[in-house]
Amino acid sequence: MNRGPVIFLGTLLAFALSFFAFVLFPQVQVGRQPLAAVLGAPDGTTYPAELPGQARQGAMIYQANGCAACHSQQVRQTGVNFKVMLAEAGTNTAAVLTAVMDANPKLDEAAARALLQNTPATVLPGLSDKKVADAAQKALKNAGAKAEIKVEPTGPDIARAWGARRTVAADYLFDSPVQLGAQRVGPDLANVGLRYPDANWQLVHLYNPQIYAAKSPMPPYKFLFHLHKVEAGAQPSPDALTLPAEFAPPAGYEVIPTDDARALVAYLLSRKAVAPVFDAPLSVAQAATPATNAVAGGTNAASATNAVAP
Amino acid sequence: MSATTLQSKAPGGACEAPEISGCCGAGVPVLALFAGAACWLVVAAVLALIASLKFHLPSFLASCPAMTYGRVHAAHFSVLAYGFAAPAAIGVTLWLLAKTGQTRLALPGGAFIATLLWNLGVLVGVGSILAGGATGFELFDFSQAGSTMLLLAYLVLALAGGLTFANRTERGNDAVQWFLLAALLWFPWIYTTAAGLLGCAPVRGVAQAAIAWWFANNFTFVWMGLIGIGTLFYFAAQFAGRPLHSRQLALFAFWVLVLFGSWAGIPDSAPLPAWLPALSAMGAFLSLVVMLAVAINLKKTVGQCLTRRPEPAAKFLGVGALALNFFILVRAVTSFTCISQITDLTWVGPALTQLWLYGFMMMVLSGAIYYIVPQLAGKEFCSPRAIKFQFWTMLAGIVLLVLPLLIGGVVQGEQWQNPNVATMDAVQATLPFLRVSTMGDLFILLGSVTLLLNLGGFFWKCCRACCAGSCAASSRTAGVRA
Repeated sequence: MNRGPVIFLGTLLAFALSFFAFVLFPQVQVGRQPLAAVLGAPDGTTYPAELPGQARQGAMIYQANGCAACHSQQVRQTGVNFKVMLAEAGTNTAAVLTAVMDANPKLDEAAARALLQNTPATVLPGLSDKKVADAAQKALKNAGAKAEIKVEPTGPDIARAWGARRTVAADYLFDSPVQLGAQRVGPDLANVGLRYPDANWQLVHLYNPQIYAAKSPMPPYKFLFHLHKVEAGAQPSPDALTLPAEFAPPAGYEVIPTDDARALVAYLLSRKAVAPVFDAPLSVAQAATPATNAVAGGTNAASATNAVAP
Repeated sequence: MSATTLQSKAPGGACEAPEISGCCGAGVPVLALFAGAACWLVVAAVLALIASLKFHLPSFLASCPAMTYGRVHAAHFSVLAYGFAAPAAIGVTLWLLAKTGQTRLALPGGAFIATLLWNLGVLVGVGSILAGGATGFELFDFSQAGSTMLLLAYLVLALAGGLTFANRTERGNDAVQWFLLAALLWFPWIYTTAAGLLGCAPVRGVAQAAIAWWFANNFTFVWMGLIGIGTLFYFAAQFAGRPLHSRQLALFAFWVLVLFGSWAGIPDSAPLPAWLPALSAMGAFLSLVVMLAVAINLKKTVGQCLTRRPEPAAKFLGVGALALNFFILVRAVTSFTCISQITDLTWVGPALTQLWLYGFMMMVLSGAIYYIVPQLAGKEFCSPRAIKFQFWTMLAGIVLLVLPLLIGGVVQGEQWQNPNVATMDAVQATLPFLRVSTMGDLFILLGSVTLLLNLGGFFWKCCRACCAGSCAASSRTAGVRA
């Protein structure tokens, strides 16, 4: 017997479960997230900063032209390594020297001495085991030096220099719509503002990507530029693109970026997701919180296991 | 067992008195939904071809902002989902509700106007995407005006479906009705959620992304899945000439699909709290249960019959069932972290979406259309060879589109995973696969044009006959069948 109400209630129940888990909880957990505190910065330093007006317009150009169809804006990391840094050598040079050489047997005395002279310096890089780092830090402290442990995210994206750390929910607080992208036809753009900070480079690249990479399959965005006739005897516009001869416009003309192109570039240059935050720290917090907890970001259980045992 | 599944054993559509009859009767909204869908399928295939050609020649149509890859790509998926798959699925749902309930379609006038409104909504939506007004969320890209029209049109169509179900004269225990009714309800719930929280009052930060992924999965996998699987169950019984093997197994698949299938869709790498992708991966994995339950049920129902009677419609549905299984399998496998690290953010995603929309939905819906349309109009399609041609071109298109993208996606993922591979080399590595997939897009375009011509020719014949007065006769025979 088919009863409409039974089907209705059953379906509603299934929908409600899915709704609570994937719409309501994310909204409660990350939708109402306050601005993140930047680790290691003075109290009250928050992240991210709101986009400047031109960059906000650029986000709309990015959205309108579906840039996210080919470019993601999310950096992934597979784990973390730890690095013991000597911040200050202190006064007891002999003890610190022994501690440094104990911590890293690969260093001979001369190298260790040089290291002490050039603080801050790396004593032990690339540790996967945090206990080893903790022990080295403790030994250095006991010798009277100041030592700290840095967190080094690892993974192919990080190795490609697409970011210093993985991207976390806080990075996107001012993005609307959030353009995470589902596809990497081209490189990730989460930190493109750091990789290519030159606005002129960005403009020329948008005008014709083949200028920088002959084999790039990225289409030219010439409709974001206009050809402008230079009047005889007039000065060329300071805004005109400087193009190589084979890509240059006909004589007597110059290529001027439109407002849209400038806005898009302002948006691209604003893409920087590197501030160390609680979910993705770049150093291990001292004293107040136990170090393992600091690495194990509150919202991300997987990264916690990754961080402790990568 | 229900008598409905035992009746009308005429695959391919014999000219017996149809339940919701006639080219000028209550069948008009269903035919109109199919006609609009066939037109949009051609548009989608053309957009896909344009997008694909850009990987052969980046400067192709590059000076025209409306033809930028990002816009054409978004328009392609939106037209395929909202222009073709959704209205065709709604049309099949309405027909099946009338058929399994042994009644006429309720509210035919309203449903017809809603069909026009739906197509107008798609037109406005696609126009807005090409004009640069996309919302930026995959499969929810239409402007507010477009999506409001779709929602209004849907509510009227769903009302027609609901009333048809309420008017049913056959109160048998047909599992197909569970799937169809749940689908009628599911769409407005997820669509209003997405429209409210992504469009009207957008939530903040990555909560948007979570909701967009959730919506895309619920729209394609759950909503279309409910209709597609319901259709498969109905026609399996119909073609085999016997009731569905197990109603319990069908309802089990139903529950797993709505309870757990609706969790899938959030990629493992998402910058979200880790429990979300983890729960989502579990949903994708548990969908394997749906796959097994549906596959076993279909196999046991059909048995040897499929090979004995290779009707054109049955062949379409068979390929659709295979694509469904393949989709669920690949998605479950790629939801494991060790594999998703490679396959996330690659062409595997679009490959799966197209496997679902073309391989599953297009094939199932084409099969259903070729069965339903002659039943509604009381006439045969003039050219079985054209149907056969469409079947083979679409099958070739799907294989040539999905396989290269899947393989290309894995290659792409491995290239990006290796930091020693230069960026441009990694970009270049996928291009050969994309270029092969253009062949798939071409074949699908050919197949969709064939579908449109088939339907167009059929309607032309039908209209001419209608004007000649045969309509009067057909509406006399129409009516509730005892």
